[in-house]
Amino acid sequence: MESEILRIENLNAYYFENHVLKDINLKIPKNKVTAIMGPSGCGKTTLIRCINRLHELSPGARVSGKIFLQEENIFDMEPMMVRKKIGMVFQKPNPFPTMSIYNNVLSGYHLNGIKLSKYEEERIVEETLKKVGLWNEVKDSLHKRGTFLSGGQQQRLCIARAIALYPEILLMDEPTSALDPISAAKIEELILNLKENYTVVIVTHNLQQASRISDYTAFLLLGELIEFDKTEKIFTVPSDPRTENYLLGKFG
Amino acid sequence: MTPISLKDKLKKDRLKKFRKDLILEIIFKKILSLSTIFIIILIFSIFLTLTFNSLPSLKAFELKFFYGKKWDPVFNEFGALPFLIGTILTSFLALLISIPFSISVSIFLGEYFREGRISSLLKSLIELLAGIPSIIYGFWGLFVLAPVVRFIQIKLGFTPYGVGIFTASLILSIMIIPYSSSIGREVIELVPSEIKEAAYSLGATRYEAIRKVIIPYAGSGIISGVLLSLGRALGETMAVTMVIGNSNFIPKNIFSPSNTMASVIANEFTEATGDLYLSALIEIGLLLFLVTTGINFIGRYIIRKYRVI
Amino acid sequence: MERQIYKRILKDRLFKGIIILLSFLTTLPLFLILFHLIKNGISSLNLEFLFNLPKPVGEKGGGIANAILGTFILILISSFLSIPIGISVGIYLSENKDKKLSRIASLVVDILQGIPSIVLGIIAYLWIVKPMGHFSAFSGGIALAIMMLPVIIKSTEETLKLVPESLKEAGLSLGAPYYKIVLFVILPSGLSGIITGVLLGVSRIAGETAPLLFTAFGNPYMNLNIFKPIESLPHLIYNYAKSPFSEWHQKAWSASFILILIVFTLNILSKLVVKRWKVRF
Repeated sequence: MESEILRIENLNAYYFENHVLKDINLKIPKNKVTAIMGPSGCGKTTLIRCINRLHELSPGARVSGKIFLQEENIFDMEPMMVRKKIGMVFQKPNPFPTMSIYNNVLSGYHLNGIKLSKYEEERIVEETLKKVGLWNEVKDSLHKRGTFLSGGQQQRLCIARAIALYPEILLMDEPTSALDPISAAKIEELILNLKENYTVVIVTHNLQQASRISDYTAFLLLGELIEFDKTEKIFTVPSDPRTENYLLGKFG
Repeated sequence: MTPISLKDKLKKDRLKKFRKDLILEIIFKKILSLSTIFIIILIFSIFLTLTFNSLPSLKAFELKFFYGKKWDPVFNEFGALPFLIGTILTSFLALLISIPFSISVSIFLGEYFREGRISSLLKSLIELLAGIPSIIYGFWGLFVLAPVVRFIQIKLGFTPYGVGIFTASLILSIMIIPYSSSIGREVIELVPSEIKEAAYSLGATRYEAIRKVIIPYAGSGIISGVLLSLGRALGETMAVTMVIGNSNFIPKNIFSPSNTMASVIANEFTEATGDLYLSALIEIGLLLFLVTTGINFIGRYIIRKYRVI
Repeated sequence: MERQIYKRILKDRLFKGIIILLSFLTTLPLFLILFHLIKNGISSLNLEFLFNLPKPVGEKGGGIANAILGTFILILISSFLSIPIGISVGIYLSENKDKKLSRIASLVVDILQGIPSIVLGIIAYLWIVKPMGHFSAFSGGIALAIMMLPVIIKSTEETLKLVPESLKEAGLSLGAPYYKIVLFVILPSGLSGIITGVLLGVSRIAGETAPLLFTAFGNPYMNLNIFKPIESLPHLIYNYAKSPFSEWHQKAWSASFILILIVFTLNILSKLVVKRWKVRF
């Protein structure tokens, strides 16, 4: 397997008494797209929220186990530090409504108190918006608030906001499920382009999407990791009968 | 500028700012929780201050304070019964007068005209009514309403004071209508449409549905609205002070001048010579505090228990 | 049978009519009061009235400038004290919904809101006036600040509760510290509601008299020193109305007119703020 960027060891997660993730062991490869799929309630969103330590903020949430980012256990680090290195895009696009498009892209820098020169700011905004394919559409309205954008455009803005900080890993929680098919397709294309410079972990309940854009796929069922392998292999000759049943649509 | 140099800059800046942010984070969270603790301390301090300063009066008069009829600063004899009676009479009379009006408004806005221009109009007017300062109510009451009441008193053969319990109740009732009607409206709006439709499908007229189904369903909510406006009426000071006639004797009838707990404090606090006098007035303040808080609780308890809102 | 139905329909129409009649009757006092304020108050309104100090009884002219300024100063003191604390508590309550401290504090806010204003005047008297030995604008400001607190806390809390959680999470996932997320993402999104709360709080205390009776006390002269007694519009109206002098009664009408103008303007402003600045999600 290629070099790994994230190693998850014996991860267990709880919401009050519910054992939501059971002993997950997983290695996320660098510069690839890894999809996490499974039926609703299998714990896939909880899994990525553990990776950027958002899970712990929910009431009644507990975690045990280790997650190594570049050989450092994220649970030994300050959560804020972990989140600076890991970006997240959410299911429903959520650009900051009181900031302009320009400031939304730069919000990671501003909120972290990083000072940039005007030149640096403009370069980052242009480069990032070009990466997400938004530059031409918004270059004349950079200082307007992002709320007039369509859902798909807003989501691309959120992706821009996340990748502007050059995160080691970009987590995406069903990023296209709230969008129309055309916008969804654009974003899938964008993800394929991103993997050159970023590592992407995407949660999806859309099997076709997983097979289209991911290099590796993990299949979760009721909190357990059933199978993890190259996408090609999982979708053609899955090892576990449960995976096969899921792919055949027998449940989920 | 290549991504690599930017990444280096990110890393360098991250570590530097980091310590500062951690500290500021802790300070910020502390400020928030300290402010919250502060207001809890505030309410306790208010209660303790009132109690502590009422002690001289409490010790001197004990229970006699509440049934003593004489309020005599000259002889240092303080019985607060006249004010208790004045308060109860004005508040309940105000409540009585206001109920038909506030229920009407509740039904108007909750049933007949839930949306639209007429609804917004009435809502705005009632809000303006609620916004009128108490002193202006009192002032208007003294110069416009009192002469009218005086006229009525002459016609009915009573002493034409003009001011007194009746006038105060009138003004009070106008002032509390916005409060009871807004809660009443909310409860009526929340009556599930299934229940209403059930009544209509049985052939009930609108009036019958309102009277036999909607009002009973919303009943406890309406009651708590009434209670909360009672709490408001009890604490109302300026409007009452200006039209109640400032008499420290037990009122003979609803046209008599009187004083309420709030108005006697307003009238006499600055004149209070002597510690016992002041302490007696503060004890009345303590009583006001306890009673209004108690009614507040009961009202909210009803709302919560019957889950009407 | 038909007569029965006819009777019921008649009752129904009658009922609706009564409801409509009574509902609009409740607004009658509003118009009456405005009518009298304008009718009696407008004749004395002129620039002299607004900008001059009161003259001794018997002398013609004079104004209420000290009262207008006094009200303004009292609003400033009370806002300065209550807004920072109020917003902080509002933020705490909206961000820590399940903590025990929140539940106790919410209860306390309810109690604070129900305290009669005259009792708060007693408190400010005992806490400030008595130790200081004299009346002061400051003590009046304290009483008014306690009155304003629950209004600000509640409106801040309600507004911030409406800000979606995902915005906060988006900020957190950028690695930003919590306090920056509150200050630069959450608060700005709820700004219109907070400003509305402030305006409503101010309009409420602008017309308050009871807590000032033995704290700010009143002052026939202009006063900028917050540790001295100060006049205010509602208090002046009270004094003048109580007095036996008809020219003071006249001035009280005009002062009332100005007071109600201020209060209604603040009310309308708060509605406009919501309309224009509200952030929708």
